[in-house]
Amino acid sequence: MNAPAPLERHAPAARLDVERIRADFPILTNVRPHGKPLVYLDNAASSQMPRPVIDRWLRYQTHEHANIHRGVYQLSELATAEYEAAKRRVQRFINAADEHEIIVTSGTTDSINLVANAWGRTFLAAGDEVILSQLEHHANIVPWQMVAEATGARIRVIPCSDAGELDLDAYERLFNARTRFVAVTHVSNALGTVNPVAGMIATAHRHGVPVLVDGAQAAPHMKVDVQALGCDFYAFSGHKLCGPTGVGILYGKRQLLEKMPPYRGGGDMIRSVTFEKTTYADVPARFEAGTPPIAAAIALGAAIDYLEGIGMERIAAYERELLEYGTRALAAVPGLRIVGTAREKAAVISMVLADVHPHDVGTLADHDGVAIRTGHHCAQPVMQRFGIPATARASFAFYNTFAEVDALVASLTKIARMFS
Amino acid sequence: MDPKQLYQEVILDHNKKPRNYGKLAGATHRAEGLNPLCGDHIWVEIKVAGDTVDAVAFEGQSCAICKASASMMTGAVKGRSVGEAESLVAGFRAMVTGKASDEETKRLGRLTVFAGIKDLPSRVKCAVLPWHTLHAALRRDASATTEGDADPAAQAG
Repeated sequence: MNAPAPLERHAPAARLDVERIRADFPILTNVRPHGKPLVYLDNAASSQMPRPVIDRWLRYQTHEHANIHRGVYQLSELATAEYEAAKRRVQRFINAADEHEIIVTSGTTDSINLVANAWGRTFLAAGDEVILSQLEHHANIVPWQMVAEATGARIRVIPCSDAGELDLDAYERLFNARTRFVAVTHVSNALGTVNPVAGMIATAHRHGVPVLVDGAQAAPHMKVDVQALGCDFYAFSGHKLCGPTGVGILYGKRQLLEKMPPYRGGGDMIRSVTFEKTTYADVPARFEAGTPPIAAAIALGAAIDYLEGIGMERIAAYERELLEYGTRALAAVPGLRIVGTAREKAAVISMVLADVHPHDVGTLADHDGVAIRTGHHCAQPVMQRFGIPATARASFAFYNTFAEVDALVASLTKIARMFS
Repeated sequence: MDPKQLYQEVILDHNKKPRNYGKLAGATHRAEGLNPLCGDHIWVEIKVAGDTVDAVAFEGQSCAICKASASMMTGAVKGRSVGEAESLVAGFRAMVTGKASDEETKRLGRLTVFAGIKDLPSRVKCAVLPWHTLHAALRRDASATTEGDADPAAQAG
């Protein structure tokens, strides 16, 4: 008994009614950091949750909760049906061919670890090569390093240009007879670069190599179609998608998932257990040991309804306007340099302010109510590539406004003047 | 506390003109300090003669809070006995983590301008790093960090 998706909330051609959208997000008005209106520009780290998603979560806990796939009683059957319905929403959201290709995890990190372990430890041998890119988040580096350590496989890295674009010729040249896997981010969390993953996947497939795409920063901001991309695995998180923390998704092509052993053992992932021999369940249950984040998955389904009610294309178009406006406006801040100037970018602006350490920028901006992320953004290789210890990063969502961009610019201008 | 005040009163000045910045000729002890969270990376060198810290210098890359803390530390510690220097380390740490008694805070003299850091929990490590590094140098340890057992937030007292 889900609320129907508010599909026609906004006329498709009309500009986003951002004030109306903002009214759906209680935190945007409930919170006044240091007495100032909250200007929340850390959406790449985590997005805020709108009322319909909060309400869905509450309704589940107050009217529908029981463990799933277990009970024969009505309540458990209801919870199971709602959980399975949420997974089908995810399937439709990314246009997966088959509902068995959607695995519920605890987040993008968990999704990638699942593939690195279940696929990597099965199919990688000493001397085999895994291609990553310079732009990866640590979550798409460290799991592969751990598997490489265990199997003797090697990590190869696609370099990026000064603009923060991957060098596709260098990528092509990395392929050889030992290349077994490619794991690449769809959108760089540190710079905002949108990588041309469809072409990169086609290249890998010409070499017979499967590809995992880290979609944590892409799924919230653009229409993702895993069949059009052709990717073998796609990972993303609920909490960057106006959903809750603790839930994420791994999409995997069914024929690949079926060749993979389980990653974790436990309940709900078996067909039969004796002390002599356990046989495993089919996909995706094989990869969902234990009680999943039922409430969070159902809330994620509601978040997808909410986003689709606005329309991913319209969200992408509006965020592009914010990005262009922000990029232009920030150029006026004395001493400010934008790191990451790719032609194709998501609404992420990473900045350094001459001689001012990003943490000082972050602390002072916070006291103007402006929440931005400062640091290495769990992407130290990106920082090393650009020879900087850290950046200050503003990342936008569809509920941000042009006035909030102005507030960011005003705060940064004041900080730049203070230090000059 | 408005950090702008803290920045304007003390941090900006020391950030622009850090005291005792650079290498120390005739240093007897040296330690490296690293805050992996924000990439603050400094070196503290001291010259100890008998029981006296004759001179202190620092260098490295850091945020303004860390640099100002290091700069003021060099002035506060110079000419003190090793024991007094260690007691300043403990006192400063207690102050920025909000655990110092009024009596302890008073002993810190001009360093009390950093007391407001306790209201900026994510920046406590920045202010403490130079002091950890000094402590490591005094003990002839090679390096200090703001993580693990040395995490100011993780320690009692």
